[in-house]
Amino acid sequence: MTVKRLADNQDINFKFDNKDLKFLNSLLENYPKDKKQSAVVPSLFYAQRKAGGWLPEKAILAVSDFLDMPKIRVLEIATFYSMFNLQPSGDHFVQVCGTTPCWLRGAENIKKACKDYIGQEREVSKDGLCWIEVECLGACVNAPMIQINDDYYEDLDYESTVKILKDIKNKKNIIKGSQIGRKSSEPLERD
Amino acid sequence: MVNIKIDDKDYEVEDGLAIIQACEIAGVEVPRFCYHEKLSIAGNCRMCLVDVEDSRGLSPKPVASCAMQVSEGLKIYTKSERVKNAQEGALEFLLMNHPLDCPICDQGGECDLQDQSMAFGYGSSRFDGDKRAVESKDMGPFIKTEMTRCIHCTRCVRFSSEISGNDEIGSIGRGHDMEITTYLNQAVESELSGNVIDLCPVGALTSKPYAFSARPWELNKTETIDIMDAMGSNIRIDSKGLRVMRVLPRLNEDINEEWITDKTRFFWDGLNNQRIDKPYKRVDGILKPTSWKSALELAKEKISNSKSEKISALSGDLVDIESIYALKKLMKNIGSDNFDCRQDGSRISGPPERWLFNSTFNGIEDSDGCLIIGSDIRKEAPLLNSRLLRKSRDDEYKIGVIGFNNDLTFDFNFLGENPSIVEDILIENNNFCNDLLSMKKPLMILGQGALIGKDAQNFQNICIELAYKFNFINNDWNGFNVLHSAASRAGAMSIGFFPSGKGMITEEIISNYNNNKLDLLYLLGADELNLEKNDDCFVIYQGHHGDIGAQIADLVFPAAAFCEQNGLYMNTEGRVQESIRSTFPLGEAKENWEIIYLLTKEMSIDIGFSSLNELRNQLIEEFPIIDPYREFEPLPSPKKDEFNKLNGHQFKRIINSYWQTNSIARASSNLSKRNNYIKEENNR
Repeated sequence: MTVKRLADNQDINFKFDNKDLKFLNSLLENYPKDKKQSAVVPSLFYAQRKAGGWLPEKAILAVSDFLDMPKIRVLEIATFYSMFNLQPSGDHFVQVCGTTPCWLRGAENIKKACKDYIGQEREVSKDGLCWIEVECLGACVNAPMIQINDDYYEDLDYESTVKILKDIKNKKNIIKGSQIGRKSSEPLERD
Repeated sequence: MVNIKIDDKDYEVEDGLAIIQACEIAGVEVPRFCYHEKLSIAGNCRMCLVDVEDSRGLSPKPVASCAMQVSEGLKIYTKSERVKNAQEGALEFLLMNHPLDCPICDQGGECDLQDQSMAFGYGSSRFDGDKRAVESKDMGPFIKTEMTRCIHCTRCVRFSSEISGNDEIGSIGRGHDMEITTYLNQAVESELSGNVIDLCPVGALTSKPYAFSARPWELNKTETIDIMDAMGSNIRIDSKGLRVMRVLPRLNEDINEEWITDKTRFFWDGLNNQRIDKPYKRVDGILKPTSWKSALELAKEKISNSKSEKISALSGDLVDIESIYALKKLMKNIGSDNFDCRQDGSRISGPPERWLFNSTFNGIEDSDGCLIIGSDIRKEAPLLNSRLLRKSRDDEYKIGVIGFNNDLTFDFNFLGENPSIVEDILIENNNFCNDLLSMKKPLMILGQGALIGKDAQNFQNICIELAYKFNFINNDWNGFNVLHSAASRAGAMSIGFFPSGKGMITEEIISNYNNNKLDLLYLLGADELNLEKNDDCFVIYQGHHGDIGAQIADLVFPAAAFCEQNGLYMNTEGRVQESIRSTFPLGEAKENWEIIYLLTKEMSIDIGFSSLNELRNQLIEEFPIIDPYREFEPLPSPKKDEFNKLNGHQFKRIINSYWQTNSIARASSNLSKRNNYIKEENNR
């Protein structure tokens, strides 16, 4: 965990268009009418997706406008939750689970693979790759694992991680889920 | 009421109190950082842990006493071994990341963390890791930040959303990385922001203008009242030698609760700038220092050479009742009725219930709706605005505004800019009428800006008619309120310092002055007039700052500022309070009443008093309403009067620049810095 700040480079256009507003308004229906601020987390998440995986200041202001919330309150939310990125996170955002089960099964090697192949944590490479270590992603049975954008890649080791990253760079098709061919989290045969 | 036991002693306390409040009533000290009576409960500092025991036995672990309510038969232990351990533990954790910089911290000597570490702390720390460091934030010209010291009690955050209503301060990040900040280091805009300095239990938020200038134990503390606005907030002036070092609020639940405005808190450096410390007279167009003797002689000569009907006097916004009374007696003795205290041109007159805040400030809590007419209430009385903000949290509480559509920090129905809307409401031709009809105890707040101009009396009569029609006034409720913004106005009105029948009002005095029809003008601290120098009229200015009034004067009497003399003030509710001397008048300056007394002596007029005590006795005998020791009673309802259709009545903005409303504020560099800050932000 580090102190989260808005990115230095805010050079991005961000505005909710009619399609966005239609979706955001549909979010509001999930909450009582006078409590529309409840929609702040899904709204920010939507904004993050729209802006390409991170929240520029304009997105925070747009959400605060949309929900009639003081901007500091939206900033509080955006800095509180670790799944909101305030820094650009590239086209392929790699989240490496480093919590105990994954760590016991070799998450350090996965981190090394990312470091070797992508670079320093939180830095976006030329290929649009960026990685960070995160807390448990809830796939401990298939540890160690990483999440790239919306998909999980499980049962990894150093080599398979590098292969995935290379395949992403070369725009090859990658199998999602387990990398050792097991189906979901069925039991492994012991050697 | 419930029966509880605190530390094995029996108490009976009100139902629904938090344990910490019950302990407070019982006189048992429970340490706390985040809990504050006027703010919502956060329960995050864990300092107020106590043991409780009910019918099910002792609680499995200590509970936060701020977040748990008392119940029948509850036994509370505040000093048990387990509680002591828990409190020591909480403090040890708080001190883990708190720097040991008390010797260079401005909070030293009045720091909650310091005091409670002494009283409840463990004495040493077992922590040998690195302490965390946090960037300090820029919160504008009033609040100095040292965020490494912050213990995250979130009092300032709750204050900014609940009391000042601006939602400007928040906590970003989480856990170890949590930081208190404004949105991207913007300056706080609220008029009440300075209160977070008092709220902060440590030295994270301190006063920027006061930084490193004194320690609390070196200061002389004078409990007095504030005159920056007409609310009469209770303050404590801390002085060192001849200088006022800072101003703090005092608790008064009827008036300011425990807050003061930033203007009150930071005006004090204005007392050191631009002061008039000796008499001046104009020689060849230039004001030159002179002696008291020759100044008084010159004044006597000029007064006796002028025709009494061509002499007039105006009193300013910061003057105490006694000196206005003395001036009134002087004018009556000279034979002139041309005196007025309403220098902004307001036309209030008649009995007190027509120009006072009849419901009282506490009455706001009982009200169930509000109609604000011609008042920019956030600038005229920010603390009153904060009370309305609290009421407006209730969705049922409807607020209507006629006049100025400004940001009041809460939502309101803006009915329009035109005074004639009041006439529409009277004939039930307005959308807001339905809301008004459903209210049982509504408030009407009439600003001074609504009562300026020829048609003002008529307009007020319409408002009174409206008040009777819509429950603003009924048998057990009087919600007809006039809000003042000048501290001395209500007092001066109550002793009749305005012409009744004959005599000229401010507007006529000014036009006569401009048309060379005036021989002599006596300005008692009157600065807000916008007059040009006119050589045909001899102007005597009595005051403490070389401000607008002194610029056009031919003779200047140096007077004491309000905190350099004792004096009575009546606030906008009609409450009379005494301002107490905290420092001495500067240089050769004298107290205001004394200057007028010396002038009458010079002119051989017997004015009937020779000391402030005699003056005050005489004043109270003639006007019993001024007695500061009298029980404060609500006034009768104002009487209905005849009215006509409005004829071009307009609202006037009486405060254009909130930070520069009087001569002390204009001389204050603290406040002008704040004023310029707004301009810079606007330009950005």
